[in-house]
Amino acid sequence: MAKGIEVTDLDIYYGDFLAVEGVSMRIPARSVTALIGPSGCGKSTFLRSLNRMHEVVPGARVRGTVTVDGQSLYDASVDPVEVRRQIGMVFQRPNPFPTMSVHDNVLAGLRLNNRRIPRTEADDVVERALRGAHLWEEVKDRLGKPGKDLSGGQQQRLCIARAIAVQPQVLLMDEPCSALDPISTSAIESLIEDLKRDYTIVIVTHNMQQAARVSQETAFFNLAGAGRAGRLVEMNPTHRVFSSPDSPDTEAYVSGRFG
Amino acid sequence: MTDVLLEPTQPQFARLVVRKARLPRWAPALTAVVALAAAALTGLSLGWSPVAIVVCAAAVHVVALPAWSRVVENGRAAVDRLATSLVWVSLAVALLPLVSLLQQVVARGAREVDGQFLTWSMRNVVGSGGGIYHAVVGTLLITLAAAAISVPLGLLSAIYLVEYGGTSRVASGLRFLVDVMTGIPSIVVGLFAYATFALLLGPGIHLGIGGAVALSLLMVPIVVRSAEEMLKLVPAELREASYALGVPKWRTIWHVVLPAARSGILTGVTLAIARVVGETAPLLIIAGATDSVNTNLFSGQMESLPVFIYYSYTQPGLHPEHAQGHAWGAALVLIAIVVLLNLAARLLGRLPALRSHRRR
Repeated sequence: MAKGIEVTDLDIYYGDFLAVEGVSMRIPARSVTALIGPSGCGKSTFLRSLNRMHEVVPGARVRGTVTVDGQSLYDASVDPVEVRRQIGMVFQRPNPFPTMSVHDNVLAGLRLNNRRIPRTEADDVVERALRGAHLWEEVKDRLGKPGKDLSGGQQQRLCIARAIAVQPQVLLMDEPCSALDPISTSAIESLIEDLKRDYTIVIVTHNMQQAARVSQETAFFNLAGAGRAGRLVEMNPTHRVFSSPDSPDTEAYVSGRFG
Repeated sequence: MTDVLLEPTQPQFARLVVRKARLPRWAPALTAVVALAAAALTGLSLGWSPVAIVVCAAAVHVVALPAWSRVVENGRAAVDRLATSLVWVSLAVALLPLVSLLQQVVARGAREVDGQFLTWSMRNVVGSGGGIYHAVVGTLLITLAAAAISVPLGLLSAIYLVEYGGTSRVASGLRFLVDVMTGIPSIVVGLFAYATFALLLGPGIHLGIGGAVALSLLMVPIVVRSAEEMLKLVPAELREASYALGVPKWRTIWHVVLPAARSGILTGVTLAIARVVGETAPLLIIAGATDSVNTNLFSGQMESLPVFIYYSYTQPGLHPEHAQGHAWGAALVLIAIVVLLNLAARLLGRLPALRSHRRR
């Protein structure tokens, strides 16, 4: 079920400002691909262009193609809402819906799309998604409590449960651990390890140890120069990026000599 | 050539001084009491009015307390005392008319309000007796209809401004017009409503719904502005979380953004209602006045509390003492309605935004 993603010559704009330039990459299915690079180099922008979240910002647009399972996401006939149902996203800061309970948060993707779900099926979906997000044991007795009452790490896993409850093909994660403590981070990392069996995962991270721990492929982004667009420097298997990268810039970044 | 001998010196630290002379805690209260007593003594012996005595006492207090502080404490503390005294005096000056107004209305209105007053109309009543039932019904109906018109309009406009318009030229223009609308005098709104209905239905028209239209013109800008502020407070992350689940924009607005802003929007609407419920001028022109109960917004003149108060006081007829008593009673009822609405707004604002999920 999980699909790989093909990106060809993607330019990403905010209005007239070219933020990311000429990215081509192939993201393999059922594996974890990490995007690393200094702040402002366009990793998050690139990630958001993969499920058309980019265009939520007024004036934002792209040129080039993103293809999933043979379909170009930016075709005129493609509905961005449909794209986002297939390609889920987890954000930097946990953002459960404050007006909903834990239970309703998990079901939000289904309910808000107006699917009527029978009670028993709904409970099954909630349990499966929460188990999938390694959260079931911690919250099974307080499903009726507000999602905001959970700790930060639990909220982030709730957001992951909410994302996988709609059974997407791909899961995009935008620095999912940067607002969390080390214990919650390791909980999320072991969750990512499990999720990659079923999902194609793309994760943006500032933490290079994390990229090395969780990913199979790593893409290094960098700015072409001050005030210039971000670009993809290299993409290779993770062990190679961290041991013998192709580009001296990558070498300098992963060894901590800049950035 | 002499050698410069460096003597080992003890470092000299200034003593850390945190204790300074302070006026006692009750100093402001003491000066206030003394100032009042002094002003009262002088004033009573010279035959001043109570207002003059209080003003004089306030002035003495504002001068005396900083002066005392300047002597005992220091310059900074004296300035602080001066500013604090001015703030308190301003507060008292601002509150004084309000308290005195409430006291007058309660004192004169309370003895009028009883069962008959609230349940009878003025139909065929001359002199004593009768009540304001017709005016209460009219006010409630007209205000409800005004809310029914302006809440959907205002809310949808606010949604356009926040979710769709953004910083576009149309949205900025709309915001400007809404701000201008906030300042339109209510008499102009009444004339506008009258002109509209006169053009549609012929001159000399008086209709309850016309009053509702006029009031809604006053309400819409308040609803738009308050709802806009509340919608802006909803974090963008919530919208993105919803989009990322493949939820269309209109569903996101309906199911995520509006519930998150619900209590604030309700508060704004209630305050807007409280603002227009006491409007007199537009209703005088378009809704008319009558002594009978009229529950049909679309036919005939309709009494309302402000108009009732106005006519009872300005044209009391043959028995002015009764008519003026009625006016005070109606004023008390009107104020009570506004206070209740404000309390309701506070309660609504405090309600948790969570729609609780019941488990078995």
